[in-house]
Amino acid sequence: MVDREEGRGGVGTDPRLGLHQLSALKRLSLYESRNTTLRHDPLDMTIQIRQLEKVYRVGVERIHALRGIDLDIDRNEFVAIMGASGSGKSTLMNILGCLDKPTRGSYVLNGRPAHRLNATQLATVRNQDIGFVFQSFELLPRLTALANVMLPLIYSAKHTFRAKRMAREALDMVGLKDRMTHRPSQLSGGQRQRVAIARALVNKPAILLADEPTGNLDTRTSGEIIGLFRNLHASGQTIVVVTHEEDVAGHAARIVRLRDGRTLSDLPTDRDPIHREYLANAAAQIRALSESQGLGNTAASRAGSGSGKGGAAA
Amino acid sequence: MIVLRLLFQTVVLALSQIWANKVRAVLTTLGVIIGVGAIIVVVSSVTGLEQFMLGQFEKIGTKRIFIDGTVPKSLRNKVSSRDVQLTVEEVNAIADRCPSIELVCPMWFGGYSVESASEKIDGVSVPGIWPTWHQIVQRSVVMGRPFNSIDEAERRPVCLINEEAIRELGLDIDPVEDYLLIGGRRFLIVGVVETIQISAMFGGGNNSTEVFIPFATASEIMNPDGWVNLCWGQLSSPDKAQDAEAEIRFVMRSMRQQPPDQEDTFMIRVFQQFIDQFKSVAAGFTFFMFGIVGISLLVGGIGIMNIMLVSVSERTREIGLRKAVGARPAVILVQFLVEAVVLCLLGASIGLAGGGLLVLLMRVIPGSPLSEATTPLWAIVLSAGFSVATGVVFGMFPAIKAARLDPIVALRHE
Repeated sequence: MVDREEGRGGVGTDPRLGLHQLSALKRLSLYESRNTTLRHDPLDMTIQIRQLEKVYRVGVERIHALRGIDLDIDRNEFVAIMGASGSGKSTLMNILGCLDKPTRGSYVLNGRPAHRLNATQLATVRNQDIGFVFQSFELLPRLTALANVMLPLIYSAKHTFRAKRMAREALDMVGLKDRMTHRPSQLSGGQRQRVAIARALVNKPAILLADEPTGNLDTRTSGEIIGLFRNLHASGQTIVVVTHEEDVAGHAARIVRLRDGRTLSDLPTDRDPIHREYLANAAAQIRALSESQGLGNTAASRAGSGSGKGGAAA
Repeated sequence: MIVLRLLFQTVVLALSQIWANKVRAVLTTLGVIIGVGAIIVVVSSVTGLEQFMLGQFEKIGTKRIFIDGTVPKSLRNKVSSRDVQLTVEEVNAIADRCPSIELVCPMWFGGYSVESASEKIDGVSVPGIWPTWHQIVQRSVVMGRPFNSIDEAERRPVCLINEEAIRELGLDIDPVEDYLLIGGRRFLIVGVVETIQISAMFGGGNNSTEVFIPFATASEIMNPDGWVNLCWGQLSSPDKAQDAEAEIRFVMRSMRQQPPDQEDTFMIRVFQQFIDQFKSVAAGFTFFMFGIVGISLLVGGIGIMNIMLVSVSERTREIGLRKAVGARPAVILVQFLVEAVVLCLLGASIGLAGGGLLVLLMRVIPGSPLSEATTPLWAIVLSAGFSVATGVVFGMFPAIKAARLDPIVALRHE
């Protein structure tokens, strides 16, 4: 579905690494030396978060949504962020996506100190370094698929003349070459989400941020979208998915779990105890189901094929 | 380049937004439509009226001056209007002693019934005039002869009629040497003058029957004291108006032996005065209308602001998304401003079209003094400018509101 060679070429030689970024990296390493030891080579680092705190004021009350998060995400990682509602995962997502600013702490995205940027600069960062995929797609109903995908390019000075071609390429990448002139209302849920993914990718962002990308989709379509993410990851795209579905998280290489604004665990998927327990439970349930109903039952076999996906990831 | 492209896209977007809500857009811009339409109609009709007036002035001639007896404010209730009427002696004195006045013609307007063999018309204003009238009005005598000084001196029962009178009174094709009964007396028709369309405002009467008799004859019948209702004068040249006025004042005041502290008991009106008066009235009217237009644009602007606020809240999610994919606050601001301006310009074009249509209608109404109504370019530019300004001023608040939206809140908006 995705042209691997092309995807790799885009990421392998980073065109964004200019002089000012090198100086930002220098600042970054100064910052690093003052704090924790370097875990990664900063040149490979896409996201680096230190002691991130976010406090909301609701009336007189102060709500600590995040209470000191440390998180590093390297280039070409596929990370799932999980947590119950109120755990702070949405807040973290917003800050990762430069939609919000942290109260304290630092967030360096692609060598840029995002926690110090103003609204206009953040808009530029969102435009160039971040691709969003939302639960409810957020396509503009009056625009065609192609125009929807072109939207980020309208706000970018870089691709004025290539915009249409780039949008076509992005749609091609998600397999919607023949749906370019359709409006969102003429597309299925899965196709809409693919348009949204094409829109997120059209600017060749450093990270693809997906917020419950399969929340509004049925199981089969969810599988397609996850498959698309896996292909993108395989071709070198850095992906961060916020989800509460273990099934979806299972496809990521790494799961970051949040609770009450703190990191509960940050482990590779196959070593995450909660995920392993979930897989074991699911397998046991399916076994129990197929034993009670007898083999050859269609419902059981369908459920079995669903679990196979999760098992493959583990 | 990016700015132009963005602007183009914003305009297209605004148009599609408006197209999606056609009825709402038109209703919203009603204030602007009315405002712009009013500008066009008023400016066009004032222009047309001015053209018409100037045309009338041209016909009458710019050398004309009018003198009549008027009771000044300070003498009201003390003097009757009859007491201050001009007399033939005074007219003669003006003719003799005012070098800037070339010709004079006293006039006495009597209302009589005019009767021919077949028709009778009641209440015709029959002016008594001097032969100088011919030189002042420059109306050609199409049949017969003009009045001469012998008619005046001998108080002959003769009359002049206009062409229209031949038709209305059912006279012979060549009515010269026929008789008319004017106020029951027999008058010989000596000549026919051409009919001229001059509005009643300038004493031209409409283009119906006109009958003239010698001033002396009129005096003999109805005007034994020799009163003069109105005196026409002709300046020796159009720029002598002020000299003439001073001369006439001197002559009249000395004739009437008015003490220095008394106001004039007569009035002198120069043609230029009419033009100036008309122009100031027209200007006042235009300004007044601009006030009304201003109010309707204000109301229209508030309508625009209202609908833009609705639009912002309807499209909160869209704004959130645009911000999420990298639209800077300034870009969002411009997007909504452009939409407001496009909306206003749409209203302006509807108003222009409607106003233009009304102007066309005014032009084709038969006998309308506005047959020369035209819309000057400056009025179009001005009204378009006003509507753009309205869009910018009243679109600013909603646009700022949109630009300041927090993308997270906006994306969560239902």
